[in-house]
Amino acid sequence: MKRKFRFRLTRRAFAYPYMIFLLLFVVVPLVIILINAFLDENSKLTFANFVEFFSDAGGGLTVLGNSLIIGLVTTLICLVIGYPCAYFLAKYHASSRVFVLMFILPMWVNFLIRTLSTKAIFMALNVKLGMGTVMFGMVYNYLPYMILPLHTTLVSIDHSYIEAAEDLGADKMAVFLKTILPLSLPGIVSGITMTFIPAISTFAISEILSGSKIFLFGDAINMHFSKTTNSFGVGSVMSLVMLVLVVVANVIVNLTSKDEEATSVL
Amino acid sequence: MNRTFDFLALSQTAANWLLAILCVVLAMQIAILVFIVVRRSGKTGKCRIRERVRSAESRSPRQKKSSRKLFARVCADGYLGLVLALLYLPILLIIVFSFSGTSRFSFANGFTFDSYKQLFDSEYNEGLLDALKYTAILAVSASVISTILGAFSTIGIYALGRKMKKITLTVNQLPMINSEVVMAVSLMVFFAAFSFVFPQGMTRLIISHVAFCTPYVVLSILPRLQKMDPNMYEAALDLGANPFTAMLKVVFPYIMPGIVSGFAMAFTLSLDDFIITQFNKGDTGIETLSTYIYEDARVKSLEPFWFAVFSIFSVVMFTLLLLMNIKKNAKEAKK
Repeated sequence: MKRKFRFRLTRRAFAYPYMIFLLLFVVVPLVIILINAFLDENSKLTFANFVEFFSDAGGGLTVLGNSLIIGLVTTLICLVIGYPCAYFLAKYHASSRVFVLMFILPMWVNFLIRTLSTKAIFMALNVKLGMGTVMFGMVYNYLPYMILPLHTTLVSIDHSYIEAAEDLGADKMAVFLKTILPLSLPGIVSGITMTFIPAISTFAISEILSGSKIFLFGDAINMHFSKTTNSFGVGSVMSLVMLVLVVVANVIVNLTSKDEEATSVL
Repeated sequence: MNRTFDFLALSQTAANWLLAILCVVLAMQIAILVFIVVRRSGKTGKCRIRERVRSAESRSPRQKKSSRKLFARVCADGYLGLVLALLYLPILLIIVFSFSGTSRFSFANGFTFDSYKQLFDSEYNEGLLDALKYTAILAVSASVISTILGAFSTIGIYALGRKMKKITLTVNQLPMINSEVVMAVSLMVFFAAFSFVFPQGMTRLIISHVAFCTPYVVLSILPRLQKMDPNMYEAALDLGANPFTAMLKVVFPYIMPGIVSGFAMAFTLSLDDFIITQFNKGDTGIETLSTYIYEDARVKSLEPFWFAVFSIFSVVMFTLLLLMNIKKNAKEAKK
């Protein structure tokens, strides 16, 4: 009895250093951001940062709006291109892991290399850098992130559901709309968050592919924290807004896939 | 810029592009061929028979329907090929034109290795070699630390009570779901606030990389641990092992695949990271590969030198990942 108690204690103890590590380097930094949002340059308590951001004095709110629109369009294009891709992969190449791998491989080449390559090609083709090129770059960068979760859910759909629908007299369209599409909803939602969140918060892609003309939310956060501007307060408010978006997105993901993933994680 | 209509030049560039696209298509076809060969050779006899039976089944009943199915399949494959082409075209074009010695995407100067020769020229590669060194140090140390930390803490987390486990795993997920910019900024502010504890430079970079890599290590080991029969550990204890030996000789060998894949994940993540490094490198002059590329190439247009660098990195990355996955596939096929 005594031995068993001891082993429980020792095994648990292995988690404590990591818990402290997480607390120190994940939770505390976010708390500091939260505190920073309420401080002005002289470290006095103030709501001025929130007022400045939400009254759109520095144009922060406009940038957020633009980023949301660009992110939304990018995500939509990714979904429209990616869903058929994942569907065909699951339908015709379910046994071939290598084929799926080929769609994911580009993800692992550094995104700066890919983005600068596309920029060089656009420049050589005399394409004017602007909204279109930024959009292309984003879709190109985030398409694998959309295909991967979609493919995972589509492959895991039990084929007997589809057969049952066919037996019950559904034609192909009905099978797709009433069986496959609803069953793949968790994949759609997680694909959307996996592209939408990075798309609005990235910096560098928009900067490189628009020739520093288009300014997204990630660039704005970057600018506020750079040494030249040094407006940490407003930057912190922006980070908090971003954090809220992330949390909301993940709550939605957890709600749609509550039966499977939530139980497997806990 | 001279905008007069120059048919010769135009036809030349058109021919160049055609040539390049042809090269790309050829390369992709070779790649697909290699894949097919690998797949065939990896398959066991049983699978092949099953496949033949399946194809016989699909061929037999109604021929009209099967021809329509074939058409749909060809269309689907065409679509997949198109998307693949989109995904690979920029990188492949860079690889093809890295042999042109110019950055204008034309073979006007013919086929040369000039851009590769520049790699050995100290005038060009000085900063790059430093960046390479720092990237290697950072990736190795961050992935080793996060693997060790992750492996032990996963065992600990697994043994935690229900409530604590839930809280720890939720916090553990934060770096994964959080937007990278926010994570980077929060760490930067944190380090600035406690700058007397965390000196600028490598210390900060390693800590921040460990902070965002370890969650992935934990989540790649945890499922493996959950699958493990708890009796195995108890049996080891009953057979006279003390908890530490039992862990070393029973638990660790069992979760080893998770540890290995976690390590690989952490290594590639750290290698690939740009945003967190960019914010936390400080002004000690430390540049990793990504930040060096960013500083050097974003303002100027891409020089031929970078074509060579990009080609080498892409090819190395592709072969590494392919080898890793083919090995994994072969192992699973054996089982």
